[in-house]
Amino acid sequence: MPNPISIAFKKAKQENRPALLTYTVAGDSTKQQSLNILKSIYKNADILEVGFPHNTPVADGSQIQTSAYRAIKNGIKLNDIFKIVKDFKKLAKDKPIILMGYYNMIFQFGENNFLNKCKASGVNGLIVVDLPWPENKVFAKKCKRKSIYFIQLLSPTTTSKRLKKIINNSHSMNYFISMLSTTGGKLKVSPNEILKKYKKIKKLNPKKDIVIGFGITEKTIKKLKSADGLVVGSAICKEITRSLKSGQNPVTNVGRLVKKLKNKIK
Amino acid sequence: MKLKKGIPLIDQGNKLGFWGGKFGGNFVPETLKKPIEDLEILFNKLKKDEKFIKERDKHFKNWIGTPTRFIKLENLTKHVGGAQIWSKVVSDANGGAHKIYNATVHCLLAKRSGKKIICGDTGAGYAGKMLSMAAKKFGLKCKIFMGAKDIARQQPNVKAIKKNGAEIVPVYSGSQTLVDAVSECMRFWVANCDTTAMCVGSTVGPAVFVRICGWSTSQISRELKVQLIEEFGSIPKKLKLYNCVGGGSSSFGFWNEFMDLNKKQCEFVGVEAGGPAKSKKHAAPLTYGSKIGILHGAAQYVNQNSDGQIEETESISAGLDYPGISPLHCFLKDTKRARYTAASDEEALSAYKLVTKFENLRPSLEPSHAFFVAIKEAKRLSKDTIVVVNSCGDAYKDRGILEKRLGKKYAKSN
Repeated sequence: MPNPISIAFKKAKQENRPALLTYTVAGDSTKQQSLNILKSIYKNADILEVGFPHNTPVADGSQIQTSAYRAIKNGIKLNDIFKIVKDFKKLAKDKPIILMGYYNMIFQFGENNFLNKCKASGVNGLIVVDLPWPENKVFAKKCKRKSIYFIQLLSPTTTSKRLKKIINNSHSMNYFISMLSTTGGKLKVSPNEILKKYKKIKKLNPKKDIVIGFGITEKTIKKLKSADGLVVGSAICKEITRSLKSGQNPVTNVGRLVKKLKNKIK
Repeated sequence: MKLKKGIPLIDQGNKLGFWGGKFGGNFVPETLKKPIEDLEILFNKLKKDEKFIKERDKHFKNWIGTPTRFIKLENLTKHVGGAQIWSKVVSDANGGAHKIYNATVHCLLAKRSGKKIICGDTGAGYAGKMLSMAAKKFGLKCKIFMGAKDIARQQPNVKAIKKNGAEIVPVYSGSQTLVDAVSECMRFWVANCDTTAMCVGSTVGPAVFVRICGWSTSQISRELKVQLIEEFGSIPKKLKLYNCVGGGSSSFGFWNEFMDLNKKQCEFVGVEAGGPAKSKKHAAPLTYGSKIGILHGAAQYVNQNSDGQIEETESISAGLDYPGISPLHCFLKDTKRARYTAASDEEALSAYKLVTKFENLRPSLEPSHAFFVAIKEAKRLSKDTIVVVNSCGDAYKDRGILEKRLGKKYAKSN
């Protein structure tokens, strides 16, 4: 059976739109609430990225940091995160889930142990922010053996020589970082320029699904809609923080935000 | 796992930047791969370039002021009554600490690469102060990341950084100390690596930063080797080199030239920060057996919980208050070339009191940790043993803490 991630991209293409990927942090602000948020967005999102929070996240801006620290403070552990995924999959077993985080947590858990747990709970893909190519070669192979996509990151600083190598070695999906920034930065490059680079990468192997992330919000999402997929993360984390601060329900608010995002790219 | 002789330790890593196959490496976001590779190419070229070395040595000599003194602590030796206690007074260096070597080299590299801005992290404020000094000298704009807790407790250095025209960015996340400052500085570099050079303030971070810092601070042991031979005619038969270890930049630089000597002739003793005697928190991952983990781009022994979350540290000394430790020291520990132990806050303070009572020397709280262990062990050592302590920082920056903990008299002595 093909990986649900690939099915999601196919379906979006049939509908002539990019896939919508959301990023939320597991355990933000509680285990139950983060599960409820997934339940409130999955009908409008095509692929759900679930962050396993780390307390020294060197590539994350303030919005995701706030979410991560909040989740850790409320006691989230890796085992809880697998349980959240498992519980969610009971409701929607075909909805693809990508876990995203930093390598030390996988390293401490043990790579094999981690992948077994991923498999058992229904994780379909992994993004490890600080395990670049070629350092990730061995781990990516292990993922493949479990039919879990290891998603390679590509950046505006990635040289063309390196791009070719990474794409050649990559599984089906790759993630293009739109600009030089941590997550949640303001889009400092024009969407046209981002798409120009994107198309260059896409040409290297048109069969691979490539999503764009970093700096994507309600305001910018429409302009990038020619990509295979678009990731919204910080904007959602920001909405959770805003809701909590104003005493509103993050679950309904985030559900509403994701619906709006979906409508923008339909 | 084995140390190789005849090859500088900074060059003993494998292709992926791992020492002993498991310490160090480059666990970095994709965006930083290219800037790190560029820096590696530049550094590998320049460290063999005679013109560049000449330029470095000129600045080290005329601006930093080399060599720093190597002095016998006669009164302290008499009081302790064992081995001869000497000190390499690295705090003589321009700015008052060893951080100036690394800062200078990073600014020279930044200039060569055409970068106009340099960013750096700081804990005790010395790395920040020195980077701001060097940036000013070499005409670079400078941005310093510093934990809010450290800004409050190291005011003299904060003032100096500002005076040099650098911008200080307070970091409020996490424990608001060095670990968070390094993270925030790396984030800034991720977002600005096209225009900005980064200086990591110690022998930590992605492999190339470990190497550049170690290469820079090795000036300390180059000088010491000459001074030992001048003083004793040859390198003493029983030599013990004591140094505090936070990230590990001063200790590595203090030991590097003696690496190939038998440890029976020249023993390295690294002293980590044990934290307050009554607290479970510490900054001594080597002494207390922390597990290997990844922090700031490198695999190392690091204080962490079972899930891999980095644990908060606690130490009176901001410069040692770091949960990890240089991959170089992890390697030296596992190959048993160096021995590591810890001193508590209280022990460091007691050593400071003792040293300042007997000598005209004012080590900052960081080297005071090393002095504590050196004094304790010197008692039991023979008179022909030469104990050398690297006094790598000056206590001026600590006067607030010293006054609070020991009274006004100690804050103003010397």
